[in-house]
Amino acid sequence: MSNIPAELKYIASHEWLRLEDDGTITVGITDHAQDLLGDVVFVELPDVGDIIALDDEISVVESVKAASDVYAPISGEVVAINEALEDDPEIINSDPYGEGWFFRMKPDNIADYEALMTADEYENEL
Amino acid sequence: MTDTQDTTTQAPKRTPLYQSHVDSDGKLVDFSGWELPIHYGSQIEEHEAVRTDAGMFDVSHMVVADVKGADSKAWLQKLLANDVNKLTTAGKALYSGMLNEQGGVIDDLIVYLMNAEETEYRIVSNAATRDKDMAQFKTVAEGFDIAITERPELAMLAVQGPNAIEKLANAKPSWADTLAGLKPFVGADLTDIEGADWFVARTGYTGEDGVEVIMHADDAPAFFEQLKANGVKPAGLGARDTLRMEAGMNLYGHDMDESVSPYECNMGWTLALKDERDFVGRDALVSKRKQSKEDNTAMKQVGLLLTTRGVLREGMTVTINQGTDNEQTGIITSGTFSPSLKNSIAIARIPANVSDDDSVQVDLRGKGKFIDVRVLKLPFVRNGKQQFDS
Repeated sequence: MSNIPAELKYIASHEWLRLEDDGTITVGITDHAQDLLGDVVFVELPDVGDIIALDDEISVVESVKAASDVYAPISGEVVAINEALEDDPEIINSDPYGEGWFFRMKPDNIADYEALMTADEYENEL
Repeated sequence: MTDTQDTTTQAPKRTPLYQSHVDSDGKLVDFSGWELPIHYGSQIEEHEAVRTDAGMFDVSHMVVADVKGADSKAWLQKLLANDVNKLTTAGKALYSGMLNEQGGVIDDLIVYLMNAEETEYRIVSNAATRDKDMAQFKTVAEGFDIAITERPELAMLAVQGPNAIEKLANAKPSWADTLAGLKPFVGADLTDIEGADWFVARTGYTGEDGVEVIMHADDAPAFFEQLKANGVKPAGLGARDTLRMEAGMNLYGHDMDESVSPYECNMGWTLALKDERDFVGRDALVSKRKQSKEDNTAMKQVGLLLTTRGVLREGMTVTINQGTDNEQTGIITSGTFSPSLKNSIAIARIPANVSDDDSVQVDLRGKGKFIDVRVLKLPFVRNGKQQFDS
């Protein structure tokens, strides 16, 4: 069974979002996604300062199996990226909800975040 | 590693080691109609185990067919592009293509000579091509005194890596002398030592030392456990694919098929053309080769190395001298991330006239952004060592 933390929000393309205390949102891919991909070998991340709009292709994950696009889950601005993924992409496999985060963004509208799927809703999608 | 040959809708078949894979937490997928593990947790760790220590692969889905009869040798000399006359002692193995009348590859296979009289042979061929292989065996068999017996009751386990033979000898001390005397590409009957149907050959598909062991299905699960207890790591189809690509070995249905000549997939060395032997596909093969040289349309197989980020994948176009008057294209037939080289590698078919001075690029994302790749001679890796200068 794949791990789906209750406190996170989700989108159907297997990304998770976490609202931080400072109002920014951290984004990564779910345990289910990393399991489907197999060992991750490269990640292309957006740049800090990028203005991203819902459904933009903003990142690419390459695994031993396939290349997979990561989409902007909501609109906003990228404020931080996880540079550790550059040298150790395998942490996406070992810790998808922790050390394996992709980027942090400032949402244009926090309501966009609130409207996303809950853990239960995401689990029903799988 | 999805298989493009399979058109059946039936439930996938299970090998005798199905339960062993489940018990070892194998992630099972449908491969050529067989339910086999893609990995047991981490494809990359399994790959490393085979390159540096010892791993094992269930290859029981492969087809084993025994051939007996007075005309066995003559039949094989007609059927195969390589010549079984090279097999001079029992147990010796030969790699060959089996061609169609147009000189394309129906399958690649290994044939073993099983007795000194040259009346018994064993063929090990691919699972995905089973039906058309059997049809070709029968078509060519007309007029020959032979009997072909498929052996679906047998299992096969590849034990590969620098420490594979040592660990196998620890698991099976009574085999030690046989294993010590086993030369590369030679097999030995273990019936007297281990029991009926046991057979070991120093062959493989990884570029490392090791063996492939054939046994009765009933004996396979206990053997798997014994090897595991002796430190041989179960490895899945994923690692098998990255290992064989690094070793520059073809995968049927990807790097070659019936539309591809042996010359276009680095199988030229398997063609035995020195004498006048009449084998299926010979005439077409030779005349097409001559024609392609005259027309300047000959293709060759090469390795590609990407030293920047990204992964080369099967089906991507290789562009030579992009945007110039002499732009040409080729195709990637297998591509992956190489765990040993920490870069992406590919096997590609490109025009034979491409030289070191030409620019060779791949548009990784299909968005017109061409990235340089290095053209290398295969293999990339053999016996744990990189085969080119960095």
